[in-house]
Amino acid sequence: MKRVLMFLPVVVVVIMGVILFAGIGKDPNRLESALVGKPVPQFSLADLRKPEQQLGPEVFRGQVSLLNVWGTWCPACRDEHDDLLWLARDKNVRIIGLNYKDNREEALNWLATLGDPYAVNVYDPRGTLGFDLGVYGAPETYFIDADGIVRYRHVGVVNEKVWNEKFQPLMEEYGESS
Amino acid sequence: MAPVIRMVVLLCLALSPAVAADEARDLYQFDSRQQEQRFQALIAELRCPKCQNQNIANSNAPISKDMREAVYRMMSDGASDEEITGELVSRFGEFVRYKPEVDRRTILLWATPALVVFIGALIVALTVRRSGRADATADSLSDDDRKRAARLLNDRDPNHHSS
Repeated sequence: MKRVLMFLPVVVVVIMGVILFAGIGKDPNRLESALVGKPVPQFSLADLRKPEQQLGPEVFRGQVSLLNVWGTWCPACRDEHDDLLWLARDKNVRIIGLNYKDNREEALNWLATLGDPYAVNVYDPRGTLGFDLGVYGAPETYFIDADGIVRYRHVGVVNEKVWNEKFQPLMEEYGESS
Repeated sequence: MAPVIRMVVLLCLALSPAVAADEARDLYQFDSRQQEQRFQALIAELRCPKCQNQNIANSNAPISKDMREAVYRMMSDGASDEEITGELVSRFGEFVRYKPEVDRRTILLWATPALVVFIGALIVALTVRRSGRADATADSLSDDDRKRAARLLNDRDPNHHSS
């Protein structure tokens, strides 16, 4: 009995080590969206380019799309812009923009100078849809299937690596059905 | 001089959270002192998703401001505390609760303190019982042992007095 007890500290340390090791490299700033598996929340917001046109959750119907939350005030959005252009052009990905807490003129100016990867842009100057989506920092990119259900949320810049590791498998899983 | 400086530093430290809390409070109007306290209690228990070790009461992040506004708006609409927290959890996830619900995933979290106290008490109880048993066995000296012990003690006594 005493012999066995002598090994108790070693056992405890090993268990602790395994648990703590599993946490190394995990980014605590990446939270899974509470909306995964749920439809995109109800909204009615203007189109960025056509202020008179109202957009709702039906823009996500019928085709797999990415919802990219961006703003001209967000430096990381500038960083990922070229990658979004690449996705739209070379990978034929439908990207819906959510222009978040931004100003229409600056946003249009940004698209004119840097290029426009978006199929359509939802203009959300007060961040209401952003709030309902649980956006806590731009850029954020949501993978939405053809039925308008949120399947994945990525917080941070989307680049080739993130695309290959996270979005490409989802594309293969949900892309064929449409 | 040193005590004065220490006093000043302590005062500054003591007052700084109060100042931060004031900033958040000044933006909103409440019907009663009670409502205001309810609001403060609610925002103190909601966690900011951006700045992860702050509650939304003390955080200056834009998202915290949005969340405070949502709490205020829902409170004005007559929502209960559970409804308000539920609405925010449905958007930002279980993460925003500083006090997680008791369910299958969090039961270990809630039970650990009680479990640790129980295990500690068990160890203490076992240790006490074992040492009690050791005393009992030590007490059973043979008659020869007793005589020898008495002799030794008597022998030493005079020496003690003389020294």
